[in-house]
Amino acid sequence: MSETGKQRGAAIDLSAVSKAYGSFRALDDISLHVEPGEFMTLLGPSGSGKTTTLNVIAGFTEVSSGSLQVGGRSVVGVPAHKRNIGVVFQHYALFPHMTVGRNVAYPLALRGIAKAEREARVKRALDMVRMADFAHRYPSELSGGQQQRVALARAIVFDPPLLLMDEPLGALDKKLREWLQLEIKRIHRELGTTFVYVTHDQEEALVLSDRIAVFNRGKIEQVGTGRDLYDAPATLFVGRFIGDSTVLRGRPRGDRSSTALDIAGETVTAPHRHAGDTQPVLLLRPEKLTIRRPGSDRRDGHNRLSGTVSEAIYLGSGSKYEVRLRDGSTAIVRSPLTDTSFAIGETVELCFRGEDAKLLADDSTADTTLT
Amino acid sequence: MTMHPLTRVLLGLACILVGLWLVAPTLVVVPMSFNENKSLAFPPQGFSWQWYQNFVTNPEWSTSFFNSLKVAVVVAILATVLGTLAAFGLDRMRARPAGLLRMLLLTPMVVPGVVLAIGIYAVYLDARLVGTMTGFVLAHTILALPFVLIAVQASLEVFDKRLETAAASLGAGRIATFRTVTLPLIAPGILSGLLFAFVTSFDEIIVSLFITSPYMKTLPVQIFTSITRDADPTVAAVGTILLCATTILIGGGLLLLGRDRRSSL
Repeated sequence: MSETGKQRGAAIDLSAVSKAYGSFRALDDISLHVEPGEFMTLLGPSGSGKTTTLNVIAGFTEVSSGSLQVGGRSVVGVPAHKRNIGVVFQHYALFPHMTVGRNVAYPLALRGIAKAEREARVKRALDMVRMADFAHRYPSELSGGQQQRVALARAIVFDPPLLLMDEPLGALDKKLREWLQLEIKRIHRELGTTFVYVTHDQEEALVLSDRIAVFNRGKIEQVGTGRDLYDAPATLFVGRFIGDSTVLRGRPRGDRSSTALDIAGETVTAPHRHAGDTQPVLLLRPEKLTIRRPGSDRRDGHNRLSGTVSEAIYLGSGSKYEVRLRDGSTAIVRSPLTDTSFAIGETVELCFRGEDAKLLADDSTADTTLT
Repeated sequence: MTMHPLTRVLLGLACILVGLWLVAPTLVVVPMSFNENKSLAFPPQGFSWQWYQNFVTNPEWSTSFFNSLKVAVVVAILATVLGTLAAFGLDRMRARPAGLLRMLLLTPMVVPGVVLAIGIYAVYLDARLVGTMTGFVLAHTILALPFVLIAVQASLEVFDKRLETAAASLGAGRIATFRTVTLPLIAPGILSGLLFAFVTSFDEIIVSLFITSPYMKTLPVQIFTSITRDADPTVAAVGTILLCATTILIGGGLLLLGRDRRSSL
């Protein structure tokens, strides 16, 4: 929060970082580059290594191997209190024996900053999170959302070039979470600090981030913008973790130039080349599928699958259907508001263009880790 | 919940009876201390302050009182420092060895006082510690340590260690974190440990009887020898003073703990 407004954040470079606890590899050869001032979200299910990565950057956990640079300098072996990195925790971690004002002044007092300047900076930080009126309260007198805003002020008051947040909104209700997401976005814009944000909530990741790194089983599956991950998932795990999706599995057929799957007697084709020895699957986003009554006029070049509606959800702007396919799997369709609506139990037909399906390799492990 | 009136009356009576049973023996000394005659008869006859006067002026009594006070103060400090360090060590150890060590440190509370006293006496004879200030301090510290350990461990258990991680992220090293975060938050536990240690030493009698000498008597020893020699009502006066002092000390300690518990909610 320098007077000049925008200040550049620090770049982060993790290179071949591993962290092992006994035989368990919490981080398995992670490499990640974060641009100065970027909002990077580490997304993944619990136990996927995202929080371990954050702890490694913060200095709470030492790496087993690999290199870690913050702002161009290696911080391997540097203790947490010398790294000058702000951290916001899910559990707020405010000091209960200090007022809000003293909590926020704490990092400044440690840095030997004179009282007058300290007070000015505390006020500015509390203003930024809109908590200036609460400086004389104790944390126990605040709500969860208020406590987290104070914790945020405390983590930015000493102008760290990097701010880490570990599921900061995890303990709050949905309404408050959505509002604070926008607040965090605003603060990121105003500060220009590099933010690294850990969450398991993909919607939150999409709202906040410049880029998202998707974690699974101690590895990074893919790094990209929300759009990259939604439109072009690199792995089936990413495709299923971000947004709704329909995954088609079947007996592969077809030649070198296209892929055909036999799904319980119905064949679908996609114009992608299926490489190698892995089992191919097709992933479809809900808006790429069209739902209609069977026997309607056939459109050329469209794949068709039959099934029965197992769930119909009215969304206001449209409807979402879950359709049980012949092979027992479930497809998810979103259709815009039309005159036609489908009832549960009705037999329907799903159509999609082959080029809208994403061909991916089947990593059957994705099923177990998603739960 | 509604209660039958008769039940309520019976319950009240039972409570009063139990309360009397617990407190009455202690309160008997109060009227006895104002006795006019040199006897420990109950009920006492007349009213006088002479036994309080005797306590203050008779060097036998005042010396033993100051002995006790000196020993208790040193023991309280020593036991608090050692007990706090032990509690911290155990808190940061792996669970199994910590459990064993904890049991070992708490044995002075479990072992019969007489057994402990014999052991200490035997060692002290060789080490020439019988009847010395150092001897009393060391023996009482062993006895007081478990109380500090329990009190500090209890407050460490509710202390959120993640606050230390947060302090580190804000730039606080180990010592700064301890001074500004950990210590203030477990201070009530340490303070109540200190009080218990003081009181444990101040009214310790069993071990003290063994390691005492005519030149170094603590107040409880003096009370015991006085009451076995003659029926001196000064004992009752001392008892009354001690009763008031400990009530204030322990009551204050409990209030301190209670306030801490409420504010941490």
